[in-house]
Amino acid sequence: MRTMHTRRRFLGLAGGAAVAGAVPVVTLRPSQATPAMLNSAIRNVVGEAPVRAGKVTLDIPPLVENGNTVPMTVRVASPMTATDFVKSIHVFNEKNPQPNIGNFYIGVSAGRAQVSTRIRLADSQKVVAIARLSDDSFWSVSADVVVTLAACTEEVN
Amino acid sequence: MASALVNVPPKAKRGDIIEIKTLMSHIMETGFRHTAGGDVVPRDIITSFTCRYNGTEVFRADFFPAIAANPYLSFFTIAKDSGKFEFEWIGDNGFSATASATIMVE
Repeated sequence: MRTMHTRRRFLGLAGGAAVAGAVPVVTLRPSQATPAMLNSAIRNVVGEAPVRAGKVTLDIPPLVENGNTVPMTVRVASPMTATDFVKSIHVFNEKNPQPNIGNFYIGVSAGRAQVSTRIRLADSQKVVAIARLSDDSFWSVSADVVVTLAACTEEVN
Repeated sequence: MASALVNVPPKAKRGDIIEIKTLMSHIMETGFRHTAGGDVVPRDIITSFTCRYNGTEVFRADFFPAIAANPYLSFFTIAKDSGKFEFEWIGDNGFSATASATIMVE
């Protein structure tokens, strides 16, 4: 019965956390990335090149209960031929403590420009995926994700 | 102890696009969490992953703390020749792990 007891207690705590996340509560957070940091992180990758919307698809659930592990797939519409392929995919976020999520270097040998992984989200926020094509043009897409239980900020026991 | 799980199709036709999946056991401690006492838990993450196909790099990734614990990856490559895939994860505190898989290409 001990396991039952702890599971109930855990569920109670989790429910409490979800409720706390739903109402605006002023809490002490570690410094967050800001939209300005997001822009500078993107500029670090793309330089001065223009970033156009399109070609990139970002599959991520619009509502996630647990920000500690959020499945994400990025795919780029590209013929993946020797003259027209995707060099790399870069994923960013708006409000985690750090704006970068991951860089994925693909190249012509991939055949298909698609990558999946699992990410952490510390808050409800925008996720941005940018693809660099073989002609060094940049294409992007963004998605808004609502997170009920945030990652990164909890205490360690 | 680090343990890896890699999934490469054992057989493929030449020119097929194949999916490769990898999973690596790792805490991916962000460096942004605090203990109840207020101390920062130091960062301990995997920072890079590389996949080589018969010695040639076909996929590489840079990880940041926003990658979830036990990093999972799925990506694609074209089956060119029979041979070996080698996977390498490198991280903080001298973390290094490798795995490999073979493929028959007909």
